[in-house]
Amino acid sequence: MNSRKPQVLTAMAGPAISLRGVSKTYRSPGKRPYVAIEEIDLEIDPGRFVAVVGPSGCGKSTLLSLVSGLLAPTGGEISLLGTPVRGIRSDLGFIFQRDALLPWRTVAENVALPLRFRGLGAAEAKERVEAWVSRVGLAPFLTNYPHELSGGMRKRAQLAQSLVADPAVLLMDEPFSALDVQTRNLMENELLSLWGAAAKTVLFITHDLEEAIALSDELVVMTAGPGRIKARYPVALPRPRNVTEIRFEPAFAALYKSAWADLRDEVTRSYERSLRGA
Amino acid sequence: MSADEVRLPLTQRPAVIRALQACVIVAFILGWELLGQAGVLDKFYYSRPSLIVPRIAEWFTETGGRSVWIDIRVTVVETLLGFAIGTGLGLAIGYAFARNRLLGAAFDPLFSMFNAIPRLVLAPVFILAFGIDLASKVALAVTLVFFIVFFATFTAVRDVDHTLVDNVRILGARRRDVTFQVLLPAAFSAIVASMRTSAGFAFAGAVVAEYIGSNQGMGHRIATAEAFFDSTGVFAGIVIIAALALLLDALLQIIEGRFSRWKPRRER
Repeated sequence: MNSRKPQVLTAMAGPAISLRGVSKTYRSPGKRPYVAIEEIDLEIDPGRFVAVVGPSGCGKSTLLSLVSGLLAPTGGEISLLGTPVRGIRSDLGFIFQRDALLPWRTVAENVALPLRFRGLGAAEAKERVEAWVSRVGLAPFLTNYPHELSGGMRKRAQLAQSLVADPAVLLMDEPFSALDVQTRNLMENELLSLWGAAAKTVLFITHDLEEAIALSDELVVMTAGPGRIKARYPVALPRPRNVTEIRFEPAFAALYKSAWADLRDEVTRSYERSLRGA
Repeated sequence: MSADEVRLPLTQRPAVIRALQACVIVAFILGWELLGQAGVLDKFYYSRPSLIVPRIAEWFTETGGRSVWIDIRVTVVETLLGFAIGTGLGLAIGYAFARNRLLGAAFDPLFSMFNAIPRLVLAPVFILAFGIDLASKVALAVTLVFFIVFFATFTAVRDVDHTLVDNVRILGARRRDVTFQVLLPAAFSAIVASMRTSAGFAFAGAVVAEYIGSNQGMGHRIATAEAFFDSTGVFAGIVIIAALALLLDALLQIIEGRFSRWKPRRER
């Protein structure tokens, strides 16, 4: 347990994130209703790192939109940090797959946004912004605009932006999928060290099974759409981890093998469905 | 000169290109002059640079009658007013329509209809309605500027990347913050990008309306010269208008550069 956040952990006896019987059906005029996810039950204890892996189109991203309140579920109950989710929650961090920095704001201004929205003065914000920007290694780029940074640097800036207001929960939607492999491994390791230092609850979505196992405490495998939970595995690998080296552990290989057996069928089904154009 | 510049092929060197550009302009003016002297171009219709330049000098130095400075000022004031009002209206209505889909849908056919009219034909309407003074000129400039800014704002706000909106909302933005941090900057950047076009149209609107009916301004000065079959006066007026347009464009280019620092170079 982390001593820096006792108020959060004691106030919350239960799970940090809880989903009970959650479903989401998209309806649009002139089209058949599309069931994105169905009957999802998931509880995540505070400070845990949970990775959800599934084939494309299994409703992984929908899951995060529901937890953050960007979308409302068509059925079931979601609660975050002990309170039911009704509308957009800003007591969490959300790393989007796409670039989400405001292109007309500098790195420092972007990272300062959550503090400014909370009514912090420019001076107090400045100190925390600069601390976080240095923590993600972007100190020399405070006054640069997003287009002047590489893809990996933009992700770092987004990480700083999401963490500067110190949320207890971090949702990540395939955050590193657009990066090259080396940058990606670097970012994964940095994410783990940030997470290890702050004891955040992380819900991490990916289609990459290796990434999911390397990062998480628990692995959730989803079925091809409609997305349901197919299997859950505890990831009993030692920490602190190096994501590039943890892959050589025998336990990693064993877990990968059994999880892949689950995932393979779903990937095949998802692919066949996409060929049929459904 | 840097090493890279030295290695550029002759045909791509900036100095060579600039020299060629100057040659083309000099050749054009010289050709005009020589064809005029030789009688190929009738002086009565086409005048000659050697007549036009002294006329411009005369306009700027003469003491009797209405000074050319007054005409320039009148045209510039009309242009700026038309540009400012057109931009303000275009921004406000474009934003409102993008935010309220029903409103946008309701007005869509009417706006498309107005936009399809070649708006310079509205000049006589405005002169009848608003008289021959400033108001009719500004009105024509406004109708030209409005639609450019309206469509730019509408598209920019409607098509704003939704990830940006979702992200700031999760970061704690209220409605007002979404407006001022995401939607208006997106609209503003589209307006800046279309600013040089719309300012050019404002200028054209003011001059055309002056030409059709007024008692001052550069358009009026040209119309007066035309009435006296004074082609030298017409061309002198055109040269001054072209100079003003270039000046305006250069000014806007500087402003645009200031507001585009955040954009990747190829999109500026």
